[in-house]
Amino acid sequence: MYDSDKPVLEVKGLKTHLTTKNGVSKAVDGIDFSLHKGETLGIVGESGCGKSMTSLSILRLIPSPPGKIVDGSILFKGKNIVEMSEDQLRKIRGNEISMIFQEPMTSLNPVIPVGEQIAEALRLHQKLGKKDAWQNSIEMLKLVGIPSPEKRAKQEPFQLSGGMRQRVMIAMALACRPEVLIADEPTTALDVTIQAQILELIKKLQAKIGMGVIMITHDLGVVAETCDKVAVMYAGNIVEHAPTEQLFSDPKHPYTKGLLNSLPRIYEDQDELATIEGNVPSPYHLPEGCRFASRCAHREAICDRKLPELIEQSDGVKVRCWMYTDQWALHEEKEEVL
Amino acid sequence: MMMFILRRIFQTIPVMIGVTFVVFFIMQLVPGDPAVLLAGEGASKETIEGIREQLGLNQPLYVQYTDYLMNIFRGDLGVSLKNSQPVLDEILVRLPITIELAFFSILITIVLGMAAGIISAIKPYSLTDVSVMLIALLGISLPSFWFGLMLMYLFSVKLQILPVAGWDSILHIILPAVTLGAGGAAIVARMTRSSMLEVIRQDYIRTARSKGLRETVIIYKHALRNALIPVITVVGLQFGALLGGTVLVESIFAINGLGRMIVDAIRMRDLPIVQGGVLCASLIFVIVNLFVDIFYRFFNKRIELN
Repeated sequence: MYDSDKPVLEVKGLKTHLTTKNGVSKAVDGIDFSLHKGETLGIVGESGCGKSMTSLSILRLIPSPPGKIVDGSILFKGKNIVEMSEDQLRKIRGNEISMIFQEPMTSLNPVIPVGEQIAEALRLHQKLGKKDAWQNSIEMLKLVGIPSPEKRAKQEPFQLSGGMRQRVMIAMALACRPEVLIADEPTTALDVTIQAQILELIKKLQAKIGMGVIMITHDLGVVAETCDKVAVMYAGNIVEHAPTEQLFSDPKHPYTKGLLNSLPRIYEDQDELATIEGNVPSPYHLPEGCRFASRCAHREAICDRKLPELIEQSDGVKVRCWMYTDQWALHEEKEEVL
Repeated sequence: MMMFILRRIFQTIPVMIGVTFVVFFIMQLVPGDPAVLLAGEGASKETIEGIREQLGLNQPLYVQYTDYLMNIFRGDLGVSLKNSQPVLDEILVRLPITIELAFFSILITIVLGMAAGIISAIKPYSLTDVSVMLIALLGISLPSFWFGLMLMYLFSVKLQILPVAGWDSILHIILPAVTLGAGGAAIVARMTRSSMLEVIRQDYIRTARSKGLRETVIIYKHALRNALIPVITVVGLQFGALLGGTVLVESIFAINGLGRMIVDAIRMRDLPIVQGGVLCASLIFVIVNLFVDIFYRFFNKRIELN
């Protein structure tokens, strides 16, 4: 039996690799996290760090070839999604776990009325009749704040604005009252004023339905506003995993510090925006040691030798950096002796 | 939708007038004097002049054209120079045959072409895909007169399961329709495949998958409707090529259709028949394009006419 105290979703050692002509890209390279009902987990990182790949892996939506989950498990209420058959998986997709995508412009089918696109999932998963499903989809449109939903339901996506389309996406994702919602950069393509409305809406519906939310974003503002805890990703790894407040007040990993430092500050006189020097290593040729080492101000010999583990600190924060290990202390002592 | 159809029908009127204009003036450029031809060899100057007078050939071109246009509206396409029968009667006898042939050919083009394209696109680069596309490549490359003769040789002469030529029963339709439809089917297959592959990569297909829909629903409901939009255009264009093809195929299979009528008339310099035939073929093409546009709009509501 599934125990409600346990996390609803648990990802362990997930590795998703892409095999292309150029070699193997380790897009997601061994990540762990868990999500409880009603909780919001943020996954942040810059483009190409593997956050979208992670989200697509959860529902096994990675285009294959070239993508493949090569290792690890994704436990949804104790059942491993990685090992499920297509039929079992289909019963979960859009029903118990659903997704909102980044681009509301291209994520809705351009030739099918939006009401039908919502009703479709209801007929499939909730076994509703045609009329009930349609009525329900109108209810959903009302719930996400679309004015005159009866009229809008019959329209096609091109007749709706970007913000409205994202609301339709949300209505579609939440139609079957999922237990987990994966929102992959849901506000990136929207105007700032609309962004706030959409985030507010997700939060409101989360409180209503009680689902767990995974918020994939590169925007630390979104994280601060919506998430309970955050996983910071860098080059296919989680480098820091902390409660949101702690991450902002006491960042540990040099990359997290760099990210926070590069946020523009309104009350300080800044001539130039702070940046993190250097580039992300290519996922085809990852270094043996710490992947951030080449850009890190605290780099030591040990950083280049071996990839550090993600280790839990005394305050509960998990961080993947040699600075927070016993070896680092030993290392420093050695240096001093020399 | 209704407004769209009405407006689109209205737009065909200037096109049709343009067609009569082109048909009329092209005929003027054809070398040879119909009056001389009609009078026969060794006719006196007076006789020729008399025929010219009678047919109005001595009038200025714009007068001839307006007369021609007025006559068309009255349903009078002139008389054949060969047997003095009204052109319209001749066309009305031949037209149903050609329409029947064109209908079955376009059916083969659409059904065979789309099916092959979808099968290919579902598993790209698989053995099935490669074989289907190879056959399609052959279909595009083979000239229809050769292909028709080969079919005739195989099915009529060797296997003796289908009639060689003529137009009496449904069995007679098969070979000419396949000959005429095959090239188009090949083009439609390639177009459907590439269009499907393009659509399958789109974000909304990923959305459909994330909803837990079955692969068949994803392909036939979400992908195909979008993929068909460019295919419809190609089918419309293919219909034009197909009308041209009837000329060849009707000659090969000895079918007394519109195409063969035009070829024979050209040989005989029977200008009224040629004019009438070309006008009729153009009219069919314009009507087909009208339907293509209406279908297009049905599949893609973003289309608006200005």
